[in-house]
Amino acid sequence: MGASFANSMVERAFFAGVRRLASVRQYNWTVCNPSKNGARTIITFQKYVRPRSLEEAWELNQKKRNRIVGGMLWLKMCTRACGTAIDLCDLGLGEIEETENEFRIGAMVSLRQLETHAGLAAYSNGAVAEALKDIVGVQFRNGATVGGSLWRRMGFSDVLTLFMAMDSYIELHRGGIVALEEFAAMPYDSDILVRLIVKKRPGAFAYGAVRKQSTDLPSLNCAASKCGDEYRVVVGSRPARAVVLRDEQGLLAAGVTEQSAAAFADYAAQRIAVSGNMWGSAQYRRALVPVLVRRTLAALGEAL
Amino acid sequence: MDIKIKLNGKPVAADIPAGMLLIDFVREHGCASVKRGCETSNCGLCTVLLDGVPVLSCSTLAARADGRSVQTLEGLQNEASEFVGFIADQGAEQCGFCNPGFVMNTIALLRENPDPTDDEIRAYLCGNLCRCSGYEGQLRGIRAFLDSRNAEGERHE
Repeated sequence: MGASFANSMVERAFFAGVRRLASVRQYNWTVCNPSKNGARTIITFQKYVRPRSLEEAWELNQKKRNRIVGGMLWLKMCTRACGTAIDLCDLGLGEIEETENEFRIGAMVSLRQLETHAGLAAYSNGAVAEALKDIVGVQFRNGATVGGSLWRRMGFSDVLTLFMAMDSYIELHRGGIVALEEFAAMPYDSDILVRLIVKKRPGAFAYGAVRKQSTDLPSLNCAASKCGDEYRVVVGSRPARAVVLRDEQGLLAAGVTEQSAAAFADYAAQRIAVSGNMWGSAQYRRALVPVLVRRTLAALGEAL
Repeated sequence: MDIKIKLNGKPVAADIPAGMLLIDFVREHGCASVKRGCETSNCGLCTVLLDGVPVLSCSTLAARADGRSVQTLEGLQNEASEFVGFIADQGAEQCGFCNPGFVMNTIALLRENPDPTDDEIRAYLCGNLCRCSGYEGQLRGIRAFLDSRNAEGERHE
């Protein structure tokens, strides 16, 4: 637990928060401090609504100033005066439903629910818990939601990288069901993410990430899977959004061995575009890609 | 808007601004153990139990707690008193600012996993930051409590 303390993400995010607060105070103290004791609320809402139906939520969400509230962990960092906070907590989307063929994961399911779900743990060979365990802390993961994590499609998202390696789909209220890979490339709109659907296909999964410190954002993350006959390697935190790499050259056709994993890692190094940010330079990430892909494939080989 | 919360076992009704955070609500109602820290959802100082689950009150709308139970350290003194002395014995409290968050999350840990390993303790408390101690003191304190409790249990068998 001590390791997280020195982590640069926390330090930098903290000081960024302080700077943001300072600037907020200069130009709009009253709007950004609505509570009676002058507390330092950054984002404000004029109204709070718990819709009784998805259609009601969708209609509310068509107004640009309104916001759907998931875990509110990133939203609260905004410096924005919003109209209505739309809370989906009464729509029955807080459960993980496991059937013979799929997992149906509601948008309001917390990351902690995912992490501790026995069915997902068994299906993913523990990859789900492995991917989520370094997301800040238990309290954070109790608040953060699947819907919020996937809707933002953040580049560093462990959740997006993990589920892109599975046969996953997003159910949108108006947009219907789309493959997660397709959803990851879609622009933001005002639809509502209802649930994540993970089809159970025979196979195996593995997850790995490189962090400067545990609980920091990843400098690079990687998920590898064999779903049916298809191998997938997903690389995220490049720092752009995760991308899927398939075995188009048949490098893993004979199975995952030390040699085939190394060959696929070299292939990934050529195909995966990376750049730099405060969690790693482009050069550093370029060096990480083949190493992390090879190690994650090796873990997949053990799980098969 | 009007909300009704069971705060430390007592019903509380209030008219609040829609965007009010739970941390501000509980502090306005006398729960000063809940501290404002990082403002970035990272430090764990503001941990409260919402329906028994540890959450960051700095990132939770008070309105979302409407109709639910919220517990802070003020309402869990007896449960906390079982182990906080062990943490103090290790000199792990120092300035004390992070302590309520640590204690709240330790209560949640021990409810969920009554006999955790050291690694499980580290993993569960990794979302609680402390500027003073280096964390080993808290770990030693919790371990000393568990060892003492387990030894006591064996004596009674």
